[in-house]
Amino acid sequence: MSAPDELREVTVETPEVAAARAKVRRRRSIALGLILAALVAIFYALTLVKMGSAVFYRDL
Amino acid sequence: MAYIDDHRNLAAMTGEARVEDYFALLKPSVMSLVVFTAFVGLVVAPGAINPIVALIAVLCIAIGGGASGALNMWYDSDIDAIMSRTQNRPIPAGRISRNQALVFGIVLAAFSVGVLGLATNWLAAGFLAFTIFFYVVIYTMWLKRLTPQNIVIGGAAGSFPPMIGWAAVNGTITIQSAALFLIVFLWTPPHFWALALYKQSDYGAAGVPMMPNVAGEESTKLQILVYSALLAASTLLPSFLGMAGWLYTAVAVVTGVSFTFLAWRLYRAPDGVPMRKMARNLFAYSLSYLFIVFFALLADNLLMRFGSVLS
Repeated sequence: MSAPDELREVTVETPEVAAARAKVRRRRSIALGLILAALVAIFYALTLVKMGSAVFYRDL
Repeated sequence: MAYIDDHRNLAAMTGEARVEDYFALLKPSVMSLVVFTAFVGLVVAPGAINPIVALIAVLCIAIGGGASGALNMWYDSDIDAIMSRTQNRPIPAGRISRNQALVFGIVLAAFSVGVLGLATNWLAAGFLAFTIFFYVVIYTMWLKRLTPQNIVIGGAAGSFPPMIGWAAVNGTITIQSAALFLIVFLWTPPHFWALALYKQSDYGAAGVPMMPNVAGEESTKLQILVYSALLAASTLLPSFLGMAGWLYTAVAVVTGVSFTFLAWRLYRAPDGVPMRKMARNLFAYSLSYLFIVFFALLADNLLMRFGSVLS
């Protein structure tokens, strides 16, 4: 059961804090994207190395 | 500096963890040692490894080391908040929560072990898993707050990376890879006790039983000297085991004698400021010492390989 609206604490975010929050989130998203891209590259390269040229000779 | 403080404050006000905070959880300075010694172990190991697989293996060992660091900071956040050296770490500074650090550490540990197993072999992966377990459970959770021998036994965790690098190449554990382990293992006590000698009030306030707080300065200085002599002797093992030639041997002798000499000067130094200055000198030298010894081993090994190819 939630508290009545008039009793809830209201947090007012200043424009500076909102801008800082957006900046931190954006940088984190970019870092996560780069990590995911690196993971794709790692698994792609690993697959090629492990399978060797056999990866190009397979039944379609 | 003012900008950094403002930036950190803003980040703390937003309650959002920054990318830099997650990176700091990995203990990058410790990670650099792990990466380098693992790389040397990987290069000097007999056998062949694809360069891409080698790169992935070193990356996995680095991430595994980082996971250990994150899990260490998760567990130790209470004492990190007390010590001046660690007060500004992401958790005690309020920039990241304990749960975030825990999840981050577990995910990285699972990822690094899994990918290392797929890329190289499961002996290396199992070894990495054991190293993370040893650092987090045996050292951080159990020994660190229990005994002044904490870093002697716990130091094994930081000594395994060259053996993991070795195992990644040929899937074996040998006397040669154990020699690399022994060098880092014997290096750890004088390195950390030198730090503890001039930061002992920090450890005392946090209730961490470091050797100077428990056994006293005199006993610690003597133990540093003994470990330094053993360390200098152990760096000659690669030469006796046929892993290195004259270049490495010369570097090991010169740097080992220097290390022992600094430990001797610390042992002879009167208490107070001179002793703390000597401890600081030894600590600073010990940082570069391990890099020099392992770099010499790497250079010597590469020279021997190129020499045999050319002849």
